[in-house]
Amino acid sequence: MSAGSSRTGRSLILLAPLLIFLIGFFVWPLFSMMSQAVSDPAVLRLLPRSAQVLPDWDRKSPPTMPMQAALMEDLKAVDDDQALGDMVRRLNSARSGFRTLMSKTTSALNDVENPPADLVSIDKRWERPEFWLAIADALSPLTDRNLLAAVDLGRNAAGDIEHLPADQSVNRVILVRTFWIAALVTFFCACIGFPYAIIAASLDGWKRDLMLGAVLLPLWTSLLVRTAAWFILLQEQGLINDLLRAIGLINAPLPLIFNRTGVIIAMTHVLLPFMVLPIYSVLITIPKNLMPAAASLGAPPWRAFLRVLLPLSLRGVASGSLLVFISAIGYYITPALIGGPGDQMISSIIAFYATGSANWGMAGALGVVLLVATLLLYSVYARLSSDEPGRR
Amino acid sequence: MKTKIQSGVLAAAAILLSASLASPAFARDLTVVSWGGNYQDAQRDIYFKPFAEKSGKPVLDEAWDGGIGVIQSKVKAGAPNWDAVQVEAEELALGCADGLYEKIDWDKMGGKDKFLDSAVNDCGVGAIVWSTAIAYDGDKLKEGPASWADFWNVEKFPGKRALRKGPKYTLEFALLADGVSKDELYDVLGTDEGVERAFKKLDELKANIVWWESGAQPLQFLASGEVAMTSAYNGCITGINRTEGKNFKVVFPGSIYAVDSWVVLKDAENKDAAQDFIAFASLPEHQAKLPEFVAYGLPNKDAAAKVPAEFAKDLPTDPANMKDSIALNVDFWIDNAETLTQRFNAWLAQ
Repeated sequence: MSAGSSRTGRSLILLAPLLIFLIGFFVWPLFSMMSQAVSDPAVLRLLPRSAQVLPDWDRKSPPTMPMQAALMEDLKAVDDDQALGDMVRRLNSARSGFRTLMSKTTSALNDVENPPADLVSIDKRWERPEFWLAIADALSPLTDRNLLAAVDLGRNAAGDIEHLPADQSVNRVILVRTFWIAALVTFFCACIGFPYAIIAASLDGWKRDLMLGAVLLPLWTSLLVRTAAWFILLQEQGLINDLLRAIGLINAPLPLIFNRTGVIIAMTHVLLPFMVLPIYSVLITIPKNLMPAAASLGAPPWRAFLRVLLPLSLRGVASGSLLVFISAIGYYITPALIGGPGDQMISSIIAFYATGSANWGMAGALGVVLLVATLLLYSVYARLSSDEPGRR
Repeated sequence: MKTKIQSGVLAAAAILLSASLASPAFARDLTVVSWGGNYQDAQRDIYFKPFAEKSGKPVLDEAWDGGIGVIQSKVKAGAPNWDAVQVEAEELALGCADGLYEKIDWDKMGGKDKFLDSAVNDCGVGAIVWSTAIAYDGDKLKEGPASWADFWNVEKFPGKRALRKGPKYTLEFALLADGVSKDELYDVLGTDEGVERAFKKLDELKANIVWWESGAQPLQFLASGEVAMTSAYNGCITGINRTEGKNFKVVFPGSIYAVDSWVVLKDAENKDAAQDFIAFASLPEHQAKLPEFVAYGLPNKDAAAKVPAEFAKDLPTDPANMKDSIALNVDFWIDNAETLTQRFNAWLAQ
């Protein structure tokens, strides 16, 4: 073994913890999420005989005898309840009604004393082509169904891509809303966080500690507690409205809760530390004598700020904005508690598919869409921040 | 030489890794999972702690918020870290069909005939009967709503309303408000026109609805005066009346009741102890203590008979309360939950 390769080997061992961590907690989850979104083996695995017969069907007429016989054979051969459950869930998600239809059918097929002649005699629904269409469309191991549905598209009976009907189209609206809320929160965090960080960085001693503590303490408090605190502050008979009424500024309570205003206020507060800290860490590395130097060369304070401090601290603002934005698009609890129905973000939809209906395919597909959108934004950010040559 | 050391290190690392991944170092204690809040506090006192004393082994208890996806991912991953879980009726039906639960040993439970029919299942033993009903603050509304039509009537009863976010219950209540009788409710909802009609009725009230997701929220809304009336779980309402001296009222006519059940997760480490626990928690002498803390109906018939009259009148299973209530149609919801949730979300976002 050559010295070179053994050195490579040794460095690989040193890197092993990092690599294992990255693979286990980053690459693998991402990969499995993406593969969940496009893989669709649940039906094909259990219905091999139907998969041979169904392609010959014209997709319109009632089921033929061979189709029914093949499906009955397939269902009789199933001995894994969990695999059956996966298949039924997949079919029911394409066509409501499969849940009860399948449990009725499988228990009838298990009846050895008077075996059913065909499926239609078990339940009339087997006559309807819609149910067979759902099976026929689920027989390919890979599918674009979830990814299309995640952006409100679907395939019609002929296989062409088209918009889903309005009463099923919600994801695009909610995705746009998610990015819009995240952008607003980022904007307000920057508006508050930047001056705050400048003041904190210009102070020293206990004053600086106090200002940093005011940012850090909420960060160490549970997100739920902070959101609940905002609930108490913002509600119609909450502290803010009571105070404003007591000093006579308003007569009727301001609508601060169950709307966009409340969500933005609460999320801005919750995410503010992620803006202040990066900016602060950049600001304290800027030599203190630069601003006096600019002033001594005749720059008024606003000009010194615009030409010296702002460009130097922009890196902090950019990384703070990125942190806030990326955290904000995944928010779930705050919009759920403070927001109204028009403020729910995409994570609440993902949560429904993941925990509520165990439809991992849709949850994964929405995750992929979110990931792609975030990567696009990140690449825009990277392009913008690398377009400033020589400014260091 | 170097190669040897290298392979030695690699082997050691591999052994360490596999050891940490493969063998659970300690046996896990029996883990029981329920719905949290004051309900679980009561369960801890009357079921968990006494069972731990009797069996001589600790009982861990955790809370969850429901969702078949949670159970499915735990069971599919192998060696679930929960043993006995209290689930809603749909989770029972879905999980049982999908093989996520152990079969119940009904001899251990004392026989199926000891329980209400709706509480008996191959995979689950009924734990409580609970209602979702209209609730309002009796101190603020002297003459309260009597039906879902009143709930929709914002002229007679001004103020906001709160409903549980999601199509389940909401669509039923809308149809009841629109004059559908309780016997026809699920027949109407089973048709496309019925769903259309329900959403149309919801449109009328949409601007006045605040949506809640966890069972404690409607109580908070009522207490703060944020809403004039809300849908709520009946047990929470009675609970807050007793603990905080509130005068919240529950309207049982038009309420929808369902059974929550104990299940044992498939291949859970303590599955036998979990069945023992469920048997213990189903004994009439233990179950009968529950209504004093939370007003949920009891599925064990002998237990129900032991409940003192002062508590029995608040239970969904009390004949006077049961008379105009409706049983949740589990089959309808396991078929249609996903499509209707999608539609509901689209409606909300409009």
